[in-house]
Amino acid sequence: MTERKEAAGVTSETVAVRFQRVARHFGEVRAVDAVDLDIRAGEFFAMLGPSGSGKTTCLRLIAGFEQPDAGHIEIFGETVEGVPAYRRNVNTVFQDYALFPHMTVLDNVAYALRIRGLGKAARHDRARQALALVRLEGYDDRRPVQLSGGQRQRVALARALVGEPKVLLLDEPLGALDLKLREQMQVELKELQQRLGITFVFVTHDQSEALSMSDRLAVFNEGRIMQIGTPEEIYEAPRNRFVAGFVGSSNVLEPAVAETLCGTRGLVSLRPERIALLAPGAAVPDDCIVAEGRVASLQFHGATRRLAVAAAGTTLLVMLSSAQATPPRAGEAVRLAWPRAAMHAMDPS
Amino acid sequence: MADAALTAQAVEGGAVERGGGPLRRLSDVLVTRPRLLLVILLAPPLLWLGVVYLGSLFALLLQSFFSIDEFSGLIQYEFTLKTYGELLQPANLDIIIRTVTMAAAVTLASAAIAFPIAYYAARYARGRWKALFYLAVMLPLWSSYLVRVYSWKLILAKEGILNWLFAELHLTWLLDAVLAVPVIGGPSLSISYIGTFLVFLYIWLPFMILPIQASLERVPSSLIEASGDLGATPRQAFTTVILPLALPGIVAGSIFTFSLTLGDYIIPQIVGSSRLFIGQAVYTHQGTAGNIPLAAAFTVVPIVIMAFYLWGARKLGAFNAL
Repeated sequence: MTERKEAAGVTSETVAVRFQRVARHFGEVRAVDAVDLDIRAGEFFAMLGPSGSGKTTCLRLIAGFEQPDAGHIEIFGETVEGVPAYRRNVNTVFQDYALFPHMTVLDNVAYALRIRGLGKAARHDRARQALALVRLEGYDDRRPVQLSGGQRQRVALARALVGEPKVLLLDEPLGALDLKLREQMQVELKELQQRLGITFVFVTHDQSEALSMSDRLAVFNEGRIMQIGTPEEIYEAPRNRFVAGFVGSSNVLEPAVAETLCGTRGLVSLRPERIALLAPGAAVPDDCIVAEGRVASLQFHGATRRLAVAAAGTTLLVMLSSAQATPPRAGEAVRLAWPRAAMHAMDPS
Repeated sequence: MADAALTAQAVEGGAVERGGGPLRRLSDVLVTRPRLLLVILLAPPLLWLGVVYLGSLFALLLQSFFSIDEFSGLIQYEFTLKTYGELLQPANLDIIIRTVTMAAAVTLASAAIAFPIAYYAARYARGRWKALFYLAVMLPLWSSYLVRVYSWKLILAKEGILNWLFAELHLTWLLDAVLAVPVIGGPSLSISYIGTFLVFLYIWLPFMILPIQASLERVPSSLIEASGDLGATPRQAFTTVILPLALPGIVAGSIFTFSLTLGDYIIPQIVGSSRLFIGQAVYTHQGTAGNIPLAAAFTVVPIVIMAFYLWGARKLGAFNAL
């Protein structure tokens, strides 16, 4: 499949999906509001946001189930406004899987090929290959109702991949699975994407899923993109309060607090795991900021302990490794320290 | 106050509350033995269906194997296939063929008309429009069946509004041409098979719309989107996804329209030529003619036809999506 990628002359700079000032309104609701977006060919792109943030509408605009009210959409350089879903070489894995209940697993997967007029033997052959690709063999003659959630998900994936789409759209495909299966599918999906080299656009409201799987992600809120970047960029340098709060947890320091602590002006994000507890009498490390505080509460989370520390006129969230020796008790006075570089200035508001 | 009482009771009563009236004890028994509850709930309807309904059906079937003495007019209680032989005589066979053809035509036409209406109601109508749909479909069922049939007789009569409308549109020639068609035509719409057909179609249409609408209602829109996503044009999506999933509803509706037409004896009597339908044959044989065995044999015909119909529908996979 990598050969195909090179033969088509696709480099990482080719744009798979381009949105220019795209808007989609439902009555008064601006589901998508002036979105600009470039998804590169061959990348695993995540659209992250709370429900109602416009990420699913963006996906549906790419699929062709919705048409934009304003703006311009291109898929691999071709304008797609007015092009219905069935003329787009883009396939979708639906949130509810949308498997055809009256067809067997094999017929579900072979559906796109049947529509193209492929003979029964040929299309069943390719459907079996697609099922092998998602590691679901031996269920050919079952009906969707006879499968578990994880198996249905694999069928939906095979069905969307069998036609070799240019872009695969995934609408919260792991939402209905339990935690263990979800983690396993995250790994498998990522592997599959790397093996096939197809552009994946993955919609999710789960920030850890978006961070762990994607090459790049866009954070959506209220119909707009708040930030686009690699998981590291988004996590280390959230652009605004929303991104800092939605992706991971963060201490957002109000301008006044930030000024008293380190003299910088403006809104600042400080990730809780960057804050360390200083042992009594220990020297302050170089270029660090120190704050005195009192432990307000303490929670055990397995790998980490989370402390809420009242300091500098605010409450700071501190995340400590559980491997660390004796944690402080609630009410105890503590000294916190963090590198100056851990503080990231954000856009106001 | 309430809190204090609650605490006191909890202290006295421990973990389990005992006692209570006989009704309460009865509900305790039923809640802990769901099977018993099921038996109690199902026994009356099962007795009704099993004894009264199936019993009378069996009695009917039995009657059809008796025969009538042609001279005395008395029923001879001996098993014989003579009555069925009589049923297959050309005159009676004509009645059967006429009725089955009419039922099939009514069923096909009502499916064709009902589907778009049901599709609109299931996929697009929301809120007030949906209420209006239900009202429009159900409203005719609230008025008397006889009144509706008689009003159709007036509509279709030579002096009726339909004739008048055709005349106003200068289309009387068209109506005359249609009525001139042999077999289905006649002197006027109200005295022709076309008229009978139209009235059957009107009367049974709700019974086709509602099951189709219910089956379409259960097709999630994501399935239709998925078929489009996989390259199916709207037409292909219809034939490969929507129609197969609506088929149980169409079959359910056609069972209604088909069997209701097979058994009806009032519509063909009021609107149409004087030629008999199965229902009318049953009516005359069990009434004035007193030939209960032949009437019974006639009623067996729709039962057999429906059995074959369901078997065929099952073979075609109409119930696969259930």
